[in-house]
Amino acid sequence: MGKKVLLIEDEPNIIEAVSFILSRDGWEVKTHSNGHDAMEAVRLRGPDLIILDVMLPGKSGFDILAEIRGDLEFAEIPVLMLTARGQMKDREMAEKAGASQYMTKPFSNADVLAAVRDLVGA
Amino acid sequence: MAILNVLVLVCVFYVVLLFVVAFGADRAAAQGRGSWLGSPLVYTLSLSIYCTAWTFYGAVGFAARSGLEFVTIYLGPTLVMIGWWWTLRRLVRVGRSQRITSIADLISSRYGKSNLLAVLVTVLAVVGTTPYIALQLQSVTLSFAAFAETDLAATTLPDMQSTALWVAMGLALFTILFGTRNLDANERHHGVVMAIAMEAVVKLCALLAVGIFVVWGLAGGIEGTLERIEASAISRFDVSGGRWVGLTALSAAAFLCLPRMFQVMVVENEDEDHLRTAAWAFPAYLMLMSLFVVPIAAVGLDMMPEGANPDLFVLTLPLMDGRDGLAILSFLGGFSSATSMVIVAAIALSTMVSNHVVMPIWLHFSGGAAMVSGDVRNVALLARRLSIAGVVFLGYLYFRLSGGGTALAAIGLIAFVGVSQFLPALMGGLFWRGATRTGALLGLSVGATLWLYCLFLPSFGPSLLLPQGVFDHGLWGLAWLRPYALFGAEGMDPVLHALMWSMLLNATAFILGSLLSFPQPLERLQGAQFVNVFDHSGTPGGWTGGMAQSEDLLIMSQRIMGAREAQALFAAAAGRQGVAGYLPEPSPDFLQELERALSGSVGAATAHAMISQIVGGAAVSVEDLMAVADETAQIMEYSSQLEAKSQELARTARQLRQANEKLTQLSVQKDGFLSQISHELRTPMTSIRAFSEILRDTGDLTGDEQSKYASIIHDEAVRLTRLLDDLLDLSVLENGQVVLNTQTGLLSDLLDRAERAAGVNYSGLTVARDRAAEAVELTSDLDRLAQVFINLIANARKYCDGTPPVLSIRASVADGHVVVDFTDNGSGIPPEKQAVIFEKFSRIGETKAGGAGLGLAICREIMARLGGSVSYLPGQTGAAFRVSLPQARRMAAQ
Repeated sequence: MGKKVLLIEDEPNIIEAVSFILSRDGWEVKTHSNGHDAMEAVRLRGPDLIILDVMLPGKSGFDILAEIRGDLEFAEIPVLMLTARGQMKDREMAEKAGASQYMTKPFSNADVLAAVRDLVGA
Repeated sequence: MAILNVLVLVCVFYVVLLFVVAFGADRAAAQGRGSWLGSPLVYTLSLSIYCTAWTFYGAVGFAARSGLEFVTIYLGPTLVMIGWWWTLRRLVRVGRSQRITSIADLISSRYGKSNLLAVLVTVLAVVGTTPYIALQLQSVTLSFAAFAETDLAATTLPDMQSTALWVAMGLALFTILFGTRNLDANERHHGVVMAIAMEAVVKLCALLAVGIFVVWGLAGGIEGTLERIEASAISRFDVSGGRWVGLTALSAAAFLCLPRMFQVMVVENEDEDHLRTAAWAFPAYLMLMSLFVVPIAAVGLDMMPEGANPDLFVLTLPLMDGRDGLAILSFLGGFSSATSMVIVAAIALSTMVSNHVVMPIWLHFSGGAAMVSGDVRNVALLARRLSIAGVVFLGYLYFRLSGGGTALAAIGLIAFVGVSQFLPALMGGLFWRGATRTGALLGLSVGATLWLYCLFLPSFGPSLLLPQGVFDHGLWGLAWLRPYALFGAEGMDPVLHALMWSMLLNATAFILGSLLSFPQPLERLQGAQFVNVFDHSGTPGGWTGGMAQSEDLLIMSQRIMGAREAQALFAAAAGRQGVAGYLPEPSPDFLQELERALSGSVGAATAHAMISQIVGGAAVSVEDLMAVADETAQIMEYSSQLEAKSQELARTARQLRQANEKLTQLSVQKDGFLSQISHELRTPMTSIRAFSEILRDTGDLTGDEQSKYASIIHDEAVRLTRLLDDLLDLSVLENGQVVLNTQTGLLSDLLDRAERAAGVNYSGLTVARDRAAEAVELTSDLDRLAQVFINLIANARKYCDGTPPVLSIRASVADGHVVVDFTDNGSGIPPEKQAVIFEKFSRIGETKAGGAGLGLAICREIMARLGGSVSYLPGQTGAAFRVSLPQARRMAAQ
């Protein structure tokens, strides 16, 4: 495998958990923990997949997603959104903004792994 | 012991007594025990500063030289008190309702708050009063010298100059100490007034005692006295009718216009009704003062050697008879008259000089910035103190330069004519709506010029300030410009001559100027308020302002009035409008109230300028002008009703809009809360679930990894618990089921505890505290109170963005209430958020800085249970919260 994942999330414990799960599965995991310069991090890392939290300090995940989709280079990159709010409204907003897949916290590790494999494989 | 030494000792003792009386009265007033201080009797006695040393000593001299003419000096004020009661009441009412600080302030305020007029009045008052102060110093030194002449033990005569210097310095010190305790000139100087009242009693007793001694001790009873009067020159003096009327009118005018009289009569007036008592009591006082003047003069002329100074008969008659005790009492009477005049005149003049000359200049040079960054209060107090010293020093200087000679003796009447120039502008302002600023300026300038030219400058004698040629042939050789015979009016008494021409031309210029000029809008408004002061104490609106300015106004007012007074004023106004917090709507009523409060500190013109800098220049609306211009009562009432209605509607609409905004915001918050609470619960659960699955499914974890992941699970579980605790705590507090555990402890200990618990030690936040002020014993639920403090300190630690962040904690106690302010140096909370920060689940912005937004909501509930409050304090350096609670919680509330 050896594909590159960029995890944009601000809770240190969740970063640690997701990094652990993915790196054991052979992924190269880069992390970034605020909203202000998330787009710069995307350009810098050039990942194969982005995992994006909705509530970030500085900028909302939806805004970042819009920026990613607005950039020609990343218009087609798979983005997995994670959110702790879990209302229908949020799911709709995520889909409208162009999320490839949407998951509600708390999630099962196996589901995350499956979703990531699925998105990059597709 | 030599009598001179005794005299000095008595003087020192008397001065100490004055200080004690003034200090005691100030203290009593400060502690609220001073109801007797404001009695009509004290008011009447304080009016007696009209009787200066010039009247105390000079009346006898006057009688000895020109017979009964001295009575005119007492007759004028008596007529004013009795016959012009209506005018005085109007003057006092205007003075109080407009928070007038001096006669210069009154005239400036009436004519559109013009500072130019105020400066003119101030200069004229200073010029007219300085020689008068010199006269008081001279009387003290002369009476000292009278004692020294009889004192055989004294080897050297006391130096006149140094006596005057000591007296001047002592008076300046007294006046600064008791005259400038508080900035608001409209607050009463209880200490000064009380000391003056005491001095009034002393001088009356002294004069009566000397009189009784002279009639029954020297002249051998009433019959003997009458014989001597009959035999003396006094009975033969021919008094001209013109001079009688002229002098009576002059003293009546001066009584109204003298700055010191205005100070005690209007500014220090406690209650309008006191005038009712003073209307008969003050004339009675004057009558007692003049009762023995003629007998003393007649006996003095008869018994004293030829060429003795009749001005000092009051002193020299007892001395000649060896009655040293009586002579000392008489000296104290003269001393009292002199000192009380100087003290009050210095207060009155210094208020004018600092408000109308020093402060405007200072504000001009420091620009608008000074209102926000500088401490106007200290500058104003300093200006006033320096002015007092300056005024007294000027008097001393005049005394030295004039050599204390006979030129001074005539100065009393000359000063009277000078201040009488205010009369047309003053009376016109009170009774004639057509009077304008231009008219007042013209009248005052013309009157002042004539007075200077015809009376003041010539009084120094020929060739000193005016060359002899001007006296003989007039200015530029024009005969009709001779100072003592203007326009060919030959052979008149100089005082009457100057009085006639200056008042005549002053009034003419005033009336013509007013008729020919057009008043500015503000003048019209003020004119209506002054002339119709009894009809409407409520006044037509002058200001219009928007909400955004309230905070600026508060900041400015805090600089001038002091933080506590300003906040109290704003909170009270907000309370009346039904608005919570410290920022009332800037309604016209409120702005007017604020302007008056400020003008009590810095004068009307300055206060007006300061407010208009913030609120904007457009102070008078077309509607206001219509209302004032149109005299028809119905239209006026109708339009003001309409205006009030529309203003009220606008206000209601604004309040409704605010309520609506709040509701919308709350509903958005409820939605936000559901996501928020979901987020707050799900985030720790995510970590717990992820790591427990890792622990379960991963076979090859090291021991370190295992324990690390387990402790993450543990920490997140604790976080969940804490959130649930907060929610429960809030719900318990809100339902009022909480049980309070009342303890007693020190505020400083509580704050120490809170500081530790809020984790200040491990952050960059500096906490500035004043431990001395925190030594307050509290009886309340201290654990709950600590919870509030911890929350506020932790908020500052988390949110304060100052570099470096500093939180200052200030405690104070007033009326059994403890107030603790937490002020940081960050960017504060924007006004639109201030209304909701105490609501549940509200957080500033979307940033995750920790808690779930329940902290301040819990604080608010706790403070309500403790019988206090926590509120946001706008207009500070950064975010500021005020916690206030009763020092001891009522047990019954448990």
